[in-house]
Amino acid sequence: MKRILTRLLAPLLLLGWLPAQAMITGELIMVRSDRAFPDAMRILQGAIKKQGYTLSNIQPVDEALAKSGYTTDNYRIVFFGKTEQMKLLTRTHPELIPYLPLKIAIYAEAGETLLVTSDPAVFMDLYPDRQLHKVFMQWHEDLISIMKNLQNPD
Amino acid sequence: MTKLAMFYLYIKPAVFLILLFSSLSCLADKGKVLYTEKCAICHGHEGSGGVGIPLGLEAFLEQTPDEYLRRTIRVGRPGRIMPPFYRLSDHDIDAIIGYIRSWKKTTVPQWDATPVKADARIGKQLFDKHCITCHGESGYGGKGTGKTFSRPRDLPITPPSLNNQGFLNSASDQMLKNIIIQGRKETPMPAASQFNLTDDDVDNLVSYIRSFQQTMVTGEQILSESSVLVYKSPYTFNETIENIKRAVIAKDYILIRDQALDHGFVPVKDESKTHTMVYFCNYDIIYNALAIDPRVGMFLPCRITVVEQNGEVQAMSINPKRLSQLFNNDELDVACDRMHDTYSSILKEATR
Repeated sequence: MKRILTRLLAPLLLLGWLPAQAMITGELIMVRSDRAFPDAMRILQGAIKKQGYTLSNIQPVDEALAKSGYTTDNYRIVFFGKTEQMKLLTRTHPELIPYLPLKIAIYAEAGETLLVTSDPAVFMDLYPDRQLHKVFMQWHEDLISIMKNLQNPD
Repeated sequence: MTKLAMFYLYIKPAVFLILLFSSLSCLADKGKVLYTEKCAICHGHEGSGGVGIPLGLEAFLEQTPDEYLRRTIRVGRPGRIMPPFYRLSDHDIDAIIGYIRSWKKTTVPQWDATPVKADARIGKQLFDKHCITCHGESGYGGKGTGKTFSRPRDLPITPPSLNNQGFLNSASDQMLKNIIIQGRKETPMPAASQFNLTDDDVDNLVSYIRSFQQTMVTGEQILSESSVLVYKSPYTFNETIENIKRAVIAKDYILIRDQALDHGFVPVKDESKTHTMVYFCNYDIIYNALAIDPRVGMFLPCRITVVEQNGEVQAMSINPKRLSQLFNNDELDVACDRMHDTYSSILKEATR
């Protein structure tokens, strides 16, 4: 009996473990939200703060383009980070500076809203430091959580 | 009835069934989670379609074997929006396919692997007569096919690029043959009979399409480019910033602002005096890049950061060449190559 159960349960335990591996994504993390842009923007900002990050800037790409005569739908870039982590990383790993703070592009498309950011997990291929890998995976998981708020807002 | 007989008659089959259903349900849930995370943004929830083809179409599911889906997910469409999911395990890919199959009750086709041997030259003549309007010159696809992340939604499906190496590495000759003979219901793709094409004609067309195949695609991308461009400056921190501003203007870009890297994180009086970001922009270039692929905006505006550390001044930026690989879009590669040259030129100019 024990042998049979062990044989049958092993694949199930494996299946139960596998969804955590789904966190390894492609190189971009993207979400299409059926929310209109202002609503999606509000949810995004709330989700970033809820995840423990500070919003540092919102770049209105659409407004800048409009001033130069180009018509475009809502398009913003949201910058965010954790102050102490930024301080530490810029000191210990200056090669990361061009990618800091973290950011998410958010733009409207026909009544829906799209959000996209690069997946920090891909940096693991570039930087061998294991301590950094922990940071990248934390960012990865945080970004997935933030994006999920746009799929299933509270 | 002995306890042992009870076990073999009732308990063991019941346990087996419970475990089997739990296992299948777990796999289906996993497929749904993965599909929602990775596919829904382009292919729509439950395959309703979007930038990507509507996977939920009954005709699509009836004509598409699992092996085609498996290979397509694995290798993507090089140079197009559809990325290669080479990090996914075989198990993950099967879970996604299982979820896609769960939408409609269709029979999974099993095309044999026999290659079609016919006359590609006649096939080209037929292609130019009947297929080129939608599938483009040499099977390149209609304008914008798979190129831009946003597209007009006036067609239920965009005619695919038949010369894409990812497509050719995924579709068998027998699958192509079936699609040409049957057409695809609920899409503009007509059946061969509408053009009075014979079986030989169809074989010739398949041979012509197959003649586009040049390479075996594995899905593994070569991510050889460095992720950042870094130049050591012989000038002081402030001089380097001023040099960058001059070089930016000389390149016909507009200076937006310069600010401390930690601006917005700490009070202004506590901002870093050794990490400054110079933001700049050329709206013409941005507008054109966004028109190719709006996702590229996540690396906007252009920025060079000047850093002073341990008595050394460095100027650094992202490497657009490395980042273009994220988008899998060969038109964007050209724009990113140009941007790489611009960044390099500004950095060199400011630090020489």
